[in-house]
Amino acid sequence: MPVIVAENISKKYIIDHKNQRSGGTIRDWFSETSRRLFSRNNLENQANTREEFWALRDVSFEIERGDRVGIVGHNGAGKSTLLKVLSRITEPTSGRVNIKGRVASLLEVGTGFHPELTGRENIYLNGSVLGMTRQEIKKSFDAIVDFAGVERFLDTPVKRYSSGMYVRLGFAIAAHLEPEILIVDEVLAVGDAEFQKKSLGKMRDVSESGRTILFVSHNLTAVQSLCNKAFYFEKGRLLEHGDTTHIVSTYLSRVSQKSLEHVWDDPSNAPGNDQVRMKCVKLVPNYLDGLLHIDVRTSMKLVCEFWNYEDNAMLNLSIHLYAYTGECIFNVGTKAQTFSKGIVEAVCEIPGNFLNDGSYVISVMMVKDTSQVLFNLEEIISFDIQDYREGVTWYGKWPGYIRPQLKFTISQTEPVTND
Amino acid sequence: MARNITIKPGSSVKEYWKDLWEHRQLLWILSKRDISVRYKQTLLGIAWSVIRPLATMIVMTIAFSVVAKLKPDEGVPYPLMVLGGITIWTFFSNTFVQISNSITLNSNLVAKVYFPRLIMPLSAVSVGLVDFLIAFVLYLLISIVGYSYWPSSNIVYLPFFILLTFMTAFGFGLFFAAVNVRFRDIAQLIPFIVQVGIYACPIAYSSQMVAGTWYYKYHLLNPIVSLVDGFRWCLLGNNAYFDIRSLYSTIIISTIALVLSVTYFRKKESSFVDHL
Repeated sequence: MPVIVAENISKKYIIDHKNQRSGGTIRDWFSETSRRLFSRNNLENQANTREEFWALRDVSFEIERGDRVGIVGHNGAGKSTLLKVLSRITEPTSGRVNIKGRVASLLEVGTGFHPELTGRENIYLNGSVLGMTRQEIKKSFDAIVDFAGVERFLDTPVKRYSSGMYVRLGFAIAAHLEPEILIVDEVLAVGDAEFQKKSLGKMRDVSESGRTILFVSHNLTAVQSLCNKAFYFEKGRLLEHGDTTHIVSTYLSRVSQKSLEHVWDDPSNAPGNDQVRMKCVKLVPNYLDGLLHIDVRTSMKLVCEFWNYEDNAMLNLSIHLYAYTGECIFNVGTKAQTFSKGIVEAVCEIPGNFLNDGSYVISVMMVKDTSQVLFNLEEIISFDIQDYREGVTWYGKWPGYIRPQLKFTISQTEPVTND
Repeated sequence: MARNITIKPGSSVKEYWKDLWEHRQLLWILSKRDISVRYKQTLLGIAWSVIRPLATMIVMTIAFSVVAKLKPDEGVPYPLMVLGGITIWTFFSNTFVQISNSITLNSNLVAKVYFPRLIMPLSAVSVGLVDFLIAFVLYLLISIVGYSYWPSSNIVYLPFFILLTFMTAFGFGLFFAAVNVRFRDIAQLIPFIVQVGIYACPIAYSSQMVAGTWYYKYHLLNPIVSLVDGFRWCLLGNNAYFDIRSLYSTIIISTIALVLSVTYFRKKESSFVDHL
């Protein structure tokens, strides 16, 4: 049974190019209005200064009871606008949504917290703002305080709280809401790893109790582990929806194929010199079943082809792999070898379960006689590796540049029988 | 509490008032917040609610009675006339200012949660109301102890005038609150309106001094005149000047203002978030 049915919802914003200052003043409004009244070709003028921007366009979907829907997309794709429309903060320009059940939306942690009020007062304030009744807040008061771990500071104004305490208290209140439909925007972006773990765990509890969740996050690992369905938004449209793994992969394949290959068909404009010219450099991922993006498990091949114009040339290729921060992760080279004229191919295999998630760039260097650098193609390939985890409940950034699967054993060596 | 909600451009009126009723706890809690935050981190705390009207009374008495030699109504001590005027005017102007700023001051809430936006102007009244009650007790003390002037039996009409004052402040404030979201000029305009108002309304002087002049008919059109004169009439008795015609104009103007601004506010509130 669908609990949310959206039919063709659209949301239009007007961007005023002329008046870029924040807000508007009455003077601007008067001048704008009079200009429109008195100018003949007002339609043309209007088009020049005002631009329509569709934050959402003809979005239709159904969400079933108990669905956990992750919403993915680039910044400005309309995710947050959708949540705002569904939580009734802003009205759609057209279309309609039917919602069955009580909705709580959590677009920010600690909405309405007043810095001068104490933790205790703010629990009541924030709880009411989020739609809890006084009785409900009273009932879960101890649980909230316990979850947030702020017992000692209950009667301290929240302006004296550390930012961590502030966020924990805010989330604790929200976590004790008992809505049928929970709308959550990016709350996991805040707080430390410990807190993120706690809050994701809480969200999983909520979802397991059969409630419906809508979840926007840039943390795709969290989306994948928490949601059974996903929506992919691009430029205000719902591009695709369905099974989370599939949607996340579609989304990532669009993001991560930055520049995986360079091919020069014509030697005249290929990089190099009279001795050697590059023909192609490409990174070929060996995608895992059903995936369209590189994750930490994916193995890859770096293939380089070049034209060699001299007989008996002693050549070797050297590649550098850098993290996006600029550190070199490794440098490997082929053996120096003598080639005759023609096309030469070099292949470097990068295993799966080796590099950590992140963004990387590769530079390819051609070396003659093991000492003379003929040319260096800097940052010719760039690619992203996505995170993938299973069997963990922690979604913070995995540290390190590499994530090898080493042989690492653990066993009990001396059991103690207790009787 | 299973509910079906339909979200579409322009929502229904009946649903809205039901929603407002269901959010009454929020109204209460926001009012409480405003009151408890008011004098946080001040040394004198709530004493400020006493000091401010008292100081204004002393200044006005010296300026207008001693220096400018304005006459009070027959049989009414000048300081009491001024204090009565200040008490009701302060209630009006505080309420009006708070309501006008209520949406912009709560912009963080408007951007992040849904509730009927009328909750904000309604809860903004609380601070003005508490201040008024304190000032009113102060007035009674000064009147009875200082001048042995007991409130007249007209005091039974007092709740009516207080309600009318509230209604007037709400009617005008609500309109400004909605416009303030779009045009922040309003925030600049409001202190000016309040400043002019204190002279345009019979606070330091009696309406009797205006009676008979060519501009008296315009004076009667000012909706605040009957609120001030009526308030004094309730407390000081028939000695205080009160032209019943000014009351009619207040009732008509305030009712129209209230209806229009509630309609306007309702029309605009769904797009508040886009302009904040």
